[in-house]
Amino acid sequence: MGIAKIARRTFLIGSAAIAGGVAFGYYYVSQPYPNPLEKDLEEGEVTFNPFVKITDENAITIIAPRAEMGQGIRTTLAALVAEELDVSLDEVNVEHGIGAWVYYNEAAFTDGGPFAFFDESFTARTVRSAMKPLAKVLAIQATGGSTSIRDYYEKLRMAGASARQMLLESAAENWQVDAQTLQTGGGKITNPATGEILTYGELASAAAKRSAPANIVLKDKKDWKLLGKSPPRVDLPDKVTGRAVFGTDVELPDMVYGTVKISPRFGAKARSFDESAALKVPGVTKIVPLETSAGSGFGIIATNTWAAFKGAEALEVEWEEAQYPKFNSALFDKMREIMKEDPGSSLRDDGDTELSFADAPRDEMLEVEYTAPYLAHTTMEPMNATAQFKDGVLEIWAPNQMPTVIQQTASGLVDVDADDVIVHTTYLGGGFGRRAEVDYVGYAVEMAKQTDGMPIKVTWTREEDVTHDTYRPAAVGKMRARFKKGEGPQSVDIHIGSPSIIKSFMGRTFPSLSPAGPDRTMQEGCFDQPYTIENYKVRGTQTNFPIPVGFWRSVGNSFNGFFHECFMDEIAKASELDPLDMRLKLMADYPAATGALNKVAQMSEWGKPREDGVGMGIAHVLSFGSWVAEVIKIRLVDDEVRIENVWAAVELGTVFDPSIVKAQLMSGIVFGLSSAMGQEITFEKGEVMENNFDTYDAMRINQCPKIDVEILETYKKVGGVGEVGTPPSIPALANAIFDVTGQRIRNMPLSNSINFA
Amino acid sequence: MEITVNGTRVDVGDDPQMPLLWALRDLAGLKGTKFGCGIAACGACTVHIDGEPVRSCQTLIGDVEGEVTTIEGIGDLDNLHVVQQAWISQQVPQCGYCQSGQIMSAVALLRDNSDPSDEDIDDAMSGNLCRCGTYPRIRAAIKQAAKMGA
Repeated sequence: MGIAKIARRTFLIGSAAIAGGVAFGYYYVSQPYPNPLEKDLEEGEVTFNPFVKITDENAITIIAPRAEMGQGIRTTLAALVAEELDVSLDEVNVEHGIGAWVYYNEAAFTDGGPFAFFDESFTARTVRSAMKPLAKVLAIQATGGSTSIRDYYEKLRMAGASARQMLLESAAENWQVDAQTLQTGGGKITNPATGEILTYGELASAAAKRSAPANIVLKDKKDWKLLGKSPPRVDLPDKVTGRAVFGTDVELPDMVYGTVKISPRFGAKARSFDESAALKVPGVTKIVPLETSAGSGFGIIATNTWAAFKGAEALEVEWEEAQYPKFNSALFDKMREIMKEDPGSSLRDDGDTELSFADAPRDEMLEVEYTAPYLAHTTMEPMNATAQFKDGVLEIWAPNQMPTVIQQTASGLVDVDADDVIVHTTYLGGGFGRRAEVDYVGYAVEMAKQTDGMPIKVTWTREEDVTHDTYRPAAVGKMRARFKKGEGPQSVDIHIGSPSIIKSFMGRTFPSLSPAGPDRTMQEGCFDQPYTIENYKVRGTQTNFPIPVGFWRSVGNSFNGFFHECFMDEIAKASELDPLDMRLKLMADYPAATGALNKVAQMSEWGKPREDGVGMGIAHVLSFGSWVAEVIKIRLVDDEVRIENVWAAVELGTVFDPSIVKAQLMSGIVFGLSSAMGQEITFEKGEVMENNFDTYDAMRINQCPKIDVEILETYKKVGGVGEVGTPPSIPALANAIFDVTGQRIRNMPLSNSINFA
Repeated sequence: MEITVNGTRVDVGDDPQMPLLWALRDLAGLKGTKFGCGIAACGACTVHIDGEPVRSCQTLIGDVEGEVTTIEGIGDLDNLHVVQQAWISQQVPQCGYCQSGQIMSAVALLRDNSDPSDEDIDDAMSGNLCRCGTYPRIRAAIKQAAKMGA
């Protein structure tokens, strides 16, 4: 296949490419990063590695250094360590820990290149391994891209096993016996020959002084006690009692409160402002101009959050005009215009589509356009961050997905070393990619410079949150196909136009680095799908505007999954083929895909005749290393669509916690369907028109279908979970609507064309 | 001004126009009740006044007559309410941010209706938004709590 055909003079970082590259030598790559736990141990506590610390009282702490934003990662990461340390989850404390270089995300880089997940070509493998030293040098501690388990499922078991072996060796030395004869369990070591017992805590101090074992032996999968099972999540007792500390719940001595009022037009600044009314609001103490690489506006400092909100309302500002098409339709027109001029770059080019189209009879051609709008994330917890700048140290408490990026970017705002920026990651009241950004932290840091060393908690109103998101980009998909009745597609050509997420993200986060080369995220969900089609081309044209765009759960797959899988349905219909049968035929080279499709067909009784008024739609999207097939069943009641059932089959190689995986699939499906059923960010005069849940809602419990999920474990590589339910849900719904109404909806949200109950 | 929250008199400042939500969170230090929208559209701020569920973001301090109950007053780690037990048993929460509000609505529902149908659950709970999509498990947990005699 032709995925690896592009020239690579640029070096690819994650989904991005950095022109010129980043210089690094063997020395930096081979040096281990320091263990951050060493700086902050309790009396009598020792650390074995960056993931395990134990006190002499046998209090065991596991560091799970990925943001817990609902996906259950704290529990599964802890289980990976605990499995090999041979302790249960109720015998340990689990913490996120402070941000540190050593917790960098390697998988985000190795799996972020312009290659399909199943591409095992020499080039794909070479680039993947070349990413490892780069990932280490850049040291980005990131939660995203459904990478946490893929990155850590071996490393964290090694960390647990290493600590256990050190404890065993220490006990063996103590008793003068062979370590192989000893048993572990319940946080202690037993000598079965004598009945003697030593707790991990009693051994910890001596054991931690030993060098880490060179050969680490991991348990056989069949001996797993926690992994592959579903132990109770470690975060739930606090989450059902109101005790869990989210960013908005941070409380510090002498803390002041604040909010922001950022320019409603992106890239525009204040022309003039009048703060007199705002300063009259009881509790408001100061108005601070804000100017960062993310935006321009004002910070309102007050004695409580409500006063800050009232102050923001009272602050009068006249803003500059927007320097981009001011209305929604004009934005889409501009995108189409740019696509006409710029053919873009191609990440897949099999065969020769143009040659195939050249002599195609008209009735064997399909040529259609799909669109998807800008979308907001609307995490339940609005953006917020707490910062304190005192005595040359900047301390930050934030619900965030990128602690070391915060260290790097915030250090520049106060001119201290990145190691003098301490980042505490609280629970996240939802992330979905929005908290991979650092804009909200930057504003809080700027405000913390104005509080005489007192900490400030900056909470955004919901209105500020919706109108200053880093939006899922709008996209236009120009789709062409040549097909043959009874056979299916001979040629498929897809041209995506969309603002580049990578360019937008890099511009506001690392303004000094310039991305180059194709942006994988624009074409993912199209170029990397397991279809074999003789002539098959996918290309992407960047249609960039100053409107910030970012990572939204499943990223490019969120719109490309819709474009690609609905278009495949159209081709099946035109070819007079069953949409399942056609997919099985085109994906026959990939048993992981056909396995998921066959499973979901069985779950949903796909082949059974359907009642009047009932429609079923199917879709398959491979994203983040998981092969997900979904079927949706809808019923038309008084011309309104009621979604009754969703069946999902996910092939992810190895499952580490089935309950959490199923919850994530359901979550991703509800997230995708919410967007299809009515979400759309629109612009007037360059400003976002929607600003709260009354104008930008999501699925409610009364609309939620029954969702059944089955997990398959046959593929050789482990897949991600957090995002993979979303991409197939949207096309499966649109295809179900077509099935029962004959109406082919090519523009999101579907609610602009049909009503939902 | 003082109001009664979870059986205790608490000082809530001197601005009768301040929403109960912010008085609870910033003045009384009870942060289990969450800010989600400020316009009573998401239910994250749901508390009880004399047992009735209300959106505290749209309830002004000056208008509070009666006893306020927040998530902290429903049960604690050592003494979980039946609804909280069911929530753990069904592994409902994901990010958890909306769950205080969900639980407050569910407790109120089950107080009035010991055996709610799917429709009753929809009616009582559709004002509580969850962006993580925990609805299937919320439904299961409410039914379990009903069986447990909430």
